[in-house]
Amino acid sequence: MIWNEKIECASRSEMEAIQSERLVQTVKRVYHNNESYRRKMQEKGLVPGDIKSVHDLSKLPFTTKADLRDGYPFGMFTTPMSEIVRVHASSGTTGKPTVVGYTRNDLQMWAEVVTRSLSMAGVHQNDIVQVAYGYGLFTGGLGLHYGTENLGATVIPISGGNTDKQILLMQDFGTTVIACTPSYALFLAETMKEMNITPESLQLRVGIFGAEPWSENMRCEIEAKLKIKAIDIYGLSEVIGPGVSCECEHQCGMHVMEDHFIPEIIHPETLESMPPGEKGELVFSTVTKEGMPILRYRTRDLTRLIYDQCECGRTLVRMEKCMGRSDDMLIIRGVNVFPSQIESVLLEMSETEPHYLLIIEREETLDVVNLLVEVQEQFFSDEIKQLESLRKKLTDKIQSTLGISVRVKLVEPKTIERTAGKAKRVIDNRKI
Amino acid sequence: MIVKQVSVFLENKTGRLNEVTQLLGDAGLNMSAFTIADTSDFGILRLIVSDPDKAKEILKKNKFSVQTTEVILVKSPNRPGGLAKMLNLLQKEDVFIEYMYAFSNSEDTAVIVLRPTDLQKCMDIFQNHRGDFLVQDGQYLF
Repeated sequence: MIWNEKIECASRSEMEAIQSERLVQTVKRVYHNNESYRRKMQEKGLVPGDIKSVHDLSKLPFTTKADLRDGYPFGMFTTPMSEIVRVHASSGTTGKPTVVGYTRNDLQMWAEVVTRSLSMAGVHQNDIVQVAYGYGLFTGGLGLHYGTENLGATVIPISGGNTDKQILLMQDFGTTVIACTPSYALFLAETMKEMNITPESLQLRVGIFGAEPWSENMRCEIEAKLKIKAIDIYGLSEVIGPGVSCECEHQCGMHVMEDHFIPEIIHPETLESMPPGEKGELVFSTVTKEGMPILRYRTRDLTRLIYDQCECGRTLVRMEKCMGRSDDMLIIRGVNVFPSQIESVLLEMSETEPHYLLIIEREETLDVVNLLVEVQEQFFSDEIKQLESLRKKLTDKIQSTLGISVRVKLVEPKTIERTAGKAKRVIDNRKI
Repeated sequence: MIVKQVSVFLENKTGRLNEVTQLLGDAGLNMSAFTIADTSDFGILRLIVSDPDKAKEILKKNKFSVQTTEVILVKSPNRPGGLAKMLNLLQKEDVFIEYMYAFSNSEDTAVIVLRPTDLQKCMDIFQNHRGDFLVQDGQYLF
């Protein structure tokens, strides 16, 4: 079912008219209500009147994660706090999270785009949707939650983890849709196998998977093991959260909710706009958000846009599965991790010089992070308990900063390879 | 007597210990005692060598994490109950021992390397029982 046929099947010129009108409003809003945007537009010699349609989009300055960091916590908001009804946050590059704020209308719009996404995936109001994304500051859980309610389906707000209980509820409640990260879906499948529970004994038929990159191979594996249709959903908190785009049942690219979020593809180095169909960095401008609109936000995700009409009948532009990043961000168990965050933890602890190496493996179905840290002379203690306590301190500190657990391994000085240029900080052995 | 012990950080990898002993041997340094404290990932090699400063310098040059620590050398009669007598004394005085290891270099005497939390306090106790335990400077080394 197409939830909002008028929009989702609009002609290109109709869509551009909607986008243009909304973009003009958004540019006015940010210019008049937010100093950071106003200053950046003034630097380019722009006034709101210069943006007359979606074709003027490329005149606007980019917004980056650094801008959000500079505005921490609420500096990018364009409404008074009295109108902000919720905040979410994701991990930032320097330990401080990236904060986003939503007005009541923003939350309604978010529910709408998630509802459209669920409808694309073939979910309907008779479904029972188990939301196994984390609830909390992360947008995954609550995003899927309100979209499911808005659709009229039944939501099981179980949140992440607690695998045995997840499986129990799937059995007893007759869950038909599971929403979680794709790696967790595989972990669920493995656990069910160990418990001798066959997918045929469950009612599961659709999975809504996102928050981390996953391949077509992984899709095949999940579909075979859980006997479901595995649908890719995309989103980032800076734009709204999950529901920025989603696959339909034809699984041929994710339809972007472009009446709310206008996508562009740019060359990650020259920053020039790329012609339709070319691969490059994905950039989003929100055109209906009130609390924290974002203009030309550089997602750092690499993909391409497909403007042909889809077999499902929707005309919404589709984006391909993301094919890597134009920065060094890693997504580990759904959490955004920048190597620089680890560096700052190491620097903070005077005992270690930041010579480290992150090795990421996929063991069974879960990501495991090994952090090799060189033991420098200034903190090498002759006592085991001191070294063990250093390791524990590091483990705890990284856990609290990054939100993921890592295995810290102390290694001899100079064992981590140095290269003339940029030090190799990350080895990603995951086959995804 | 108080001596400098050389400690080396070692990853649990084949050949690392060999490398240390080779380097010291090539430099003409003699080891009179050593022990390894190990965990699942790494170990600490502790050495009593003829020239600890030189040993440190050589190992450092070869990219090892090295440290010297002051430890106490004491002797104990090489017979049943010999060590117990000394430990009784330390316990009575409430001395906490971080680690210790021992070697016997003759039929009558065993030598003990001690790392107490409070080095000076421990030395004072041994000074008061000079004849019984304390190794005189230069004795039992090489």
